[in-house]
Formats: sequence, C-alpha cells, structure tokens
Amino acid sequence: MNFILADKVQPYAWFPDGASSFVPQVDFLFTVIMWICVLFFVPIVIAMGYFMWAFRERPGYRGSPEALHNNLIEITWTVVPTIIVVWIFWEGAMGYLDMSRIPKGTIDVNVTAKKWQWAFKYDNGGEHEVAAVEGSVVKELPILVLPVDRDIKMIMRSDDVLHSFYIPAFRAKRDVVPGRYNYLWFHTTKEGTYDLFCTEYCGDNHSQMLAKVKVVSEAEYQKALAKAIQEPEDPLERGKLLYKRQGCSTCHNAGAEGASGPGPSYNGSWGKKVALENGSEVDFDENYVRESILNPQAKARKGYGKASPMNSYAGKLKDEQIDALITFIKSLENTAAAGK
Amino acid sequence: MSVVDRPIASPVSPEADSYPTHHFLNHSKGFLSWALTLDHKRIGLMYLVGVMASFALGGLFALMIRIHLWNFKDGWLSNQTYNQVFTLHGAIMVFLFIIPSVPAALGNFLLPIMLGTKDVAFPRLNLSSFYLWVTGLVLFLTALSVTGLDTGWTFYTPYSIETSQGGAVLAATFGVFVLGFSSIFTGLNFIVTINTMRPPGMTWFRMPLFLWAVYATSIIQVLATPVLGITVLLLSAERLLGIGIFDPKLNGDPVTFQHFFWFYSHPAVYIMILPAMGIISELMSVHCHKGIFGYRMIAYSSIAIALFGFLVWGHHMFTSGMADVTAVVFSALTFTVSIPSAIKVFNWLGTMYQGTVSLNTPMLYALAFIFLFTIGGLTGLPLGALSTDMHFHDTYFVVAHFHYVMMGGTLVAFLGGVFHWWPKMTGRMFNDKLGMVSAIIVFIGFNMTFLPQFVLGSRGMPRRYATYLPEFQPLHQLSTIGSLTLGAGLFLALVVLLLSLVNGKKAPRNPWGGATLEWMCSSPPPHDNFSSAPTVGDPYDFSDIEYDGRVGSYVKRS
Repeated sequence: MNFILADKVQPYAWFPDGASSFVPQVDFLFTVIMWICVLFFVPIVIAMGYFMWAFRERPGYRGSPEALHNNLIEITWTVVPTIIVVWIFWEGAMGYLDMSRIPKGTIDVNVTAKKWQWAFKYDNGGEHEVAAVEGSVVKELPILVLPVDRDIKMIMRSDDVLHSFYIPAFRAKRDVVPGRYNYLWFHTTKEGTYDLFCTEYCGDNHSQMLAKVKVVSEAEYQKALAKAIQEPEDPLERGKLLYKRQGCSTCHNAGAEGASGPGPSYNGSWGKKVALENGSEVDFDENYVRESILNPQAKARKGYGKASPMNSYAGKLKDEQIDALITFIKSLENTAAAGK
Repeated sequence: MSVVDRPIASPVSPEADSYPTHHFLNHSKGFLSWALTLDHKRIGLMYLVGVMASFALGGLFALMIRIHLWNFKDGWLSNQTYNQVFTLHGAIMVFLFIIPSVPAALGNFLLPIMLGTKDVAFPRLNLSSFYLWVTGLVLFLTALSVTGLDTGWTFYTPYSIETSQGGAVLAATFGVFVLGFSSIFTGLNFIVTINTMRPPGMTWFRMPLFLWAVYATSIIQVLATPVLGITVLLLSAERLLGIGIFDPKLNGDPVTFQHFFWFYSHPAVYIMILPAMGIISELMSVHCHKGIFGYRMIAYSSIAIALFGFLVWGHHMFTSGMADVTAVVFSALTFTVSIPSAIKVFNWLGTMYQGTVSLNTPMLYALAFIFLFTIGGLTGLPLGALSTDMHFHDTYFVVAHFHYVMMGGTLVAFLGGVFHWWPKMTGRMFNDKLGMVSAIIVFIGFNMTFLPQFVLGSRGMPRRYATYLPEFQPLHQLSTIGSLTLGAGLFLALVVLLLSLVNGKKAPRNPWGGATLEWMCSSPPPHDNFSSAPTVGDPYDFSDIEYDGRVGSYVKRS
C-alpha cells in the first residue's frame, strides 16, 4: 500500500512516523482494520463486477428468480462480521483505556488554548518560546519543548471557546473545553520536531492555531526550562517577547506594512486619535492601551465591531508586563523602523 | 414466491392508456393550482425542485471551498469568508438538501402510489409541511447570507454564544426549528398513512422495501427532531437570556450542547441514509428483474438501524473528555449499527446473483452507491474503535468518511431514484446513454475528490482549515480536480433530466419492469392515482412481467 500511496512529499502512505508510546497499538489496530476492509471490499467489488457481466441482460438469457433466500449464507454474513467488529471494539477500547490512564510521576505542562494561540507553562513557572519556523503558514510559532523517553501530562484549559490538542505523530488528541481541565498524557519515544494542531473549530484563524513540539534530550530540556523562566529586563525587549508569547501577534499586526489581521494593527497609531465603532474618537495613549488589554470590548476600533471578540487579559498580566507591552506599542510610533 | 391474487386494478389494456392525455400535471392549471394543491404528487415535485436548487447552491459553496484550498495559503477567500462558506455548505446540504431529499421529494410522490391510495393520510398537513420547509428555507438562507454565520453547521457552544454574528445564530437556529417541524409533520403523515392505508393484500411483509425504509425514517423524524427543537431553543435562551446551561462563563457545560445536538443529529444521519437504502433495494431488484434477496433481513435491518441509531450519538464526543466508561459503551453501541448496514450490502449483491441485470442509468447509480457506501461504511470502523479514533477524530479522514456515506450514499441513491422514477413523475424518458455517462463521471469525480482526503486525514490534516501545511498540497489539489469533475458530472445529470422535458420520448407505463404499484398506473399518474383500491401481491414477483416490444414497455402477462 505504501508503494501506491506514498508520494514525493511524504515517504509514508497513511500515518506519519510515530514518536509516542501510543503509536504501536494505534498503528497495529489501524493496519489490521485496513486489511479487514480490503478483505471485505475487494470480494464485494469482484462479485459486483462478475454479476454485472455474468448475469447481464442479453438475448436468449433469462435469469432464474429462485435465489431469494438462504439461511446459511444469511446467518454467516451476519455472524462473521459481528465477531470481527467485537474484536475491533475490544482492541480499540483496551488501547483507549491505556491512553486515558495517566501514570504517576509525570512531567506536567499547563496548556492554555485561546483564540488563536497555544500557550504552554512548564512546571517551573516558565513559559514557552516563540520561534520562527520553516514552511508554515504562520512565520513564528510557539515551541513546546519536552524531554525524550518521559511520561508527559498536559493539563489543559481554554480561555474562550472549544479547542482540541492534537499531535499526529503521537496519535494523541483531546479537546480543550472552557470551564474545566482536560488531561492528556503520552510517553515520548523519539527526539524530533512535531506538528501540533488545533482540531476543534474555533473561529477566524482556527487553521493558524498551530505549534511545534520539540522532543529533546534531558539536558537540552533542562536548558530550555531555565531559559523559559526569564523575561528580559529591558521593557522594549520584554514587550516584544510578550507580544508573541501572549498571542497578541496572532491577531494584531505590528509589521511595517500595517496590514490588519482579525484585530486592528498596532502600527503607527500611537499618539494619534483613532476612530471607534460607536462613532467617537479616542486618544491612542497608555490609558487606551491598558483598557483595551484589560477590557477589550470597552472601546472597539471602527470596523472591528463584528470581529471575533478578544479575551480580557485581566489577572493574566502583571502591571510591569502591561508597561512592557505599552513600551513596545509606543515603539511602533514611527512605523517603518519597527520590524515584526 | 407468492402469486398475485388477481390482476391489478385498471382493467384497460396497457396499450390503450399507455400515454395518457389527462394526468396530474395537466389536471388543473395556473400558479394557484400548484401553490394550493393537496396532491401529494405535486407537493413531491415542488419539494424535488426545492431540494435540487438547495443542492446546487450547497454544491457551489463546496466548489468554492475546494478551489480555495488549491494553495496551502493565500487562497482567494479570507479566513473569515472561508469559515462562512464551509458553514453555508454544511448547513445547506444537511438541513435543506439531504434530510428532506428522499423522504419529502421522492417519498411524497411515491408513498401513496406504492400503497395504491389516492393520497397521504393528511393532505393538508402535507402541504403545510411544504410551506414550513419553504419558510425555514427563507429564514435560514437570509440568516446565512445576510449576516455571515460562521459557527459551522453544528453551532457548537460556546463559540455560537460568543461569536459576534449573534443575530445570525438566532435567525439560523429559528430556521432550523421551523424546518424541524416540517420534518416532524412529514414523518407523522407517513407513519399514519402506512399504518392505516395499506391496500387489501399488502401485509407488512408485502410492503415494498422503500416503504419500510421510509417508515423507519419517519419514526426517527418524529422521535428525534423534537430534541433538535429543544436544543436550538436552549441555545437561543442561552444567547438571549443567559440561562447558564451551555456557557462556561455562567457555569454551564459546553459539552452538554454537543450531547443535545448529536442526540438529534446522529439519528438524523439515519434519516439521511435509510431512505437511500430503500431506493437501492427497489433499484437493485427492478433492474435485476429478480426479487430482492433476503427481504425480511433488509426490512428488519432498516428498523434495527433506526433503533440503534438512537444510541450512538456519543461517538461524536470521544475526544471531549467524557468518562472512560461512557466512551467504551458508546463505542460498543456504535459497532452494532455496522452489522445491519453490512447485511444490506450483502443482500443487494445477492439480488444480482442469477438475475437479469439491465445496465442503465438508475442501475449504474445503484452500483456506484454500493461501491461508495461500502467504502463509507468500512472506513467507519477505525472511527468507531476508540484508540484509532483518537488519531482520526476531526481530521479529513472523518470528512472523507461521512462524504462517502452522505454523498456517495445518499446523494448517489437519490440521483438513481430520480432517474428511476423520472419517467413516472414527468412522463418523459431521458437519454439513457448520456445518463450513464453522467453516472460514470460522478463516480470517478467523487472518488478522486474524497479518496485523497482519507490519506490527508490519516497524515493528520485537521478539518475546517482555511490554510494548511505545505506538505498536504498535492493531495488537496488532486481532491480539487476531483471536485470539479464531480461538479461537471452532476451538471450533466441535470442537463440530461431537463433535456428529457424538451425532447424526451413519452414514457410508457412500466419502462423498467417494476412490480410495485406505481408501475401499474400511467406515466405520469392520473390525478387520483387509482380508480379503485388495487389488490396486491408480492412487490418483488417479476415472474409474470415481460417486455412487450409493441408498446415499448414491460407488461404484466395475464
């Protein structure tokens, strides 16, 4: 099957190469089901084609109307599939129970899903890095760093709507539901960088709610952890980091071109009067930025009344962090200089 | 095999009234004679026009989606527009096309004739169903097109509560509410008609299998649709009044909405597929000129699917974090539905065995159905099994799976049914060669569209993505080429049907050699269907039906 289906982009036909302990069971079951499907489908199609030919309407031939019922055959084709699906069910359920039984002594990662970014917090309180990635729709993505050969537990919550945490290479998926914690665990088996998708529709940029999972050696993991707790001293640098890490960049453009995303651009507004949805104007200053971070819907910019509503960051950012973000936005006053 | 007790009602020789000058289409004239008609045949035709128009609209949106996905980014739609377009596609196809397609259009036309009666039990209720459907359609389309609904057809909370397209959610859910009543009334009408108006001689097990399927469907419509009504009312109440049942901000549980929603929408899947299976049972036996194999098993399996179909909604929530026991139980129940579906496929094949297989347009569509539905059914297995579903859930694998069942299944069967009964409905024969060409193009285009999506899904491509990773692009492009082919095939099918109205030969009474009652009255049928209640025997006894070259029609040997 690989021979037919593998194309020039991917060397594999169906599943991406696996990197978690769930892979053997899932891949085994899927392969068996595939062959069961082939064993049913091919004879069905052959029979269909043969009957079409052998019993076709033609001069001098009249079919026999006798074969209308045969207890033995009918019982066989009821019982045999039943036995097969019972086995598939059993195998699937056992695999699933292994997936949902979380072992003791896991490394815990807090996952927050929000429109439209994944945020990861390690158990030392450090937060994820955002880095440039090759060949993706989104230029920069959150990077979740995990150690190899360890049990990892994701403690997941959502800030807004439903999301779903999916790493194809781990064969692992779990919805992230607002109002409760959902858990997902896996055992990493192979170093490498893997795709992480949101698979529950969550609005405008659902398809750009991506991340990369980097499975590294224990030593590199410890290095990443140490780096994760640091935020730069310099307010501007800190603001830049927060702009990406907090997911502002998924909606608000800060690039020189000033193009707008789902939210208004930060670019070149500082110190000016900006038009609001309700027809009035407001000074784009420290107070406006602060209010817009803590209570985003209070003064919606003109043209953004129907945009997907932004979450409040009240309680999630410290005052110094808001200061840093203000410093960053202020730096975009003379737009052309400020790179994204 | 039972023998027909005595000749079917109309005593006139087949030649004499083969081409009636007076029939239901010209029985009365003028707009109002259609708008206020109580004739089930005219209502059925109006539904047919309506659902086909809805399908064309939904299909255009599907092509927009596929063209947008040609490139992995910077397609011709913005992300937001893409989301609105896939919402439109799904919502129109589900609520306006697939659910009413077979029962309301073909069911309305055929059910009373197959029962040898003049009309359904409640003709006025039937007309009101149609107008409810039209009202729902107008509300729904207005909501969708004016305001830009972007929740997906599933209206999942809390997105549907907090989206800024709030007016759209309310208007669309009200549209769904009204459409639901249309569906309930139709189901009620059919149940009463089948229970009380069967002609002398037609015991339950002498009923055409299409009627069994419609009966099973009607039961689901009557029992499940009210839950959809409750769900959308609760959603509106949440949106307007903030009652705190689904909204996590008010201590509600968004997954509760999913349970409510799928309690209707999963049985609704069987509202979509069961009548299609009924069509295939008719088509296979008529075009093989042989009685259906395992009649009772097919009839029982329709009922079994209808009942089990109520118990499997949880498999839409396997990844939502529900309790392990619940997930395991729902997985087990899900597999129970696969057995009756498999039995039907085997029985249809058994019907071909030693038959006399006529290859024509309806039969080609029926064979395409068996091929596609088998793939659709088998690919349900890794989705029903829990551990593999963790990988496939909400990926393109699911998209391909349900398109194989819903489109390769229901739509293809619907087309087969439309071609099969077209001569009866319009009195015209279509160009069979061109019809067969359309079936072949549809078959090829369909597989080219959706087979690559199985591969995409297993490689991890999530559904409802406006942009995607570059490595998925070749398969997406293959799928897009397939969808354009499919569109061309469907367009050709429409042309073939419409051309027949212009220059089609007049249809004989029984062009295919069917043994059910609708082939005993003229094409098109007279206003009253039958002058007196016919007596019926076995609907699948073809032993005395022979082709008569003089009239160009199959006739009953007396």
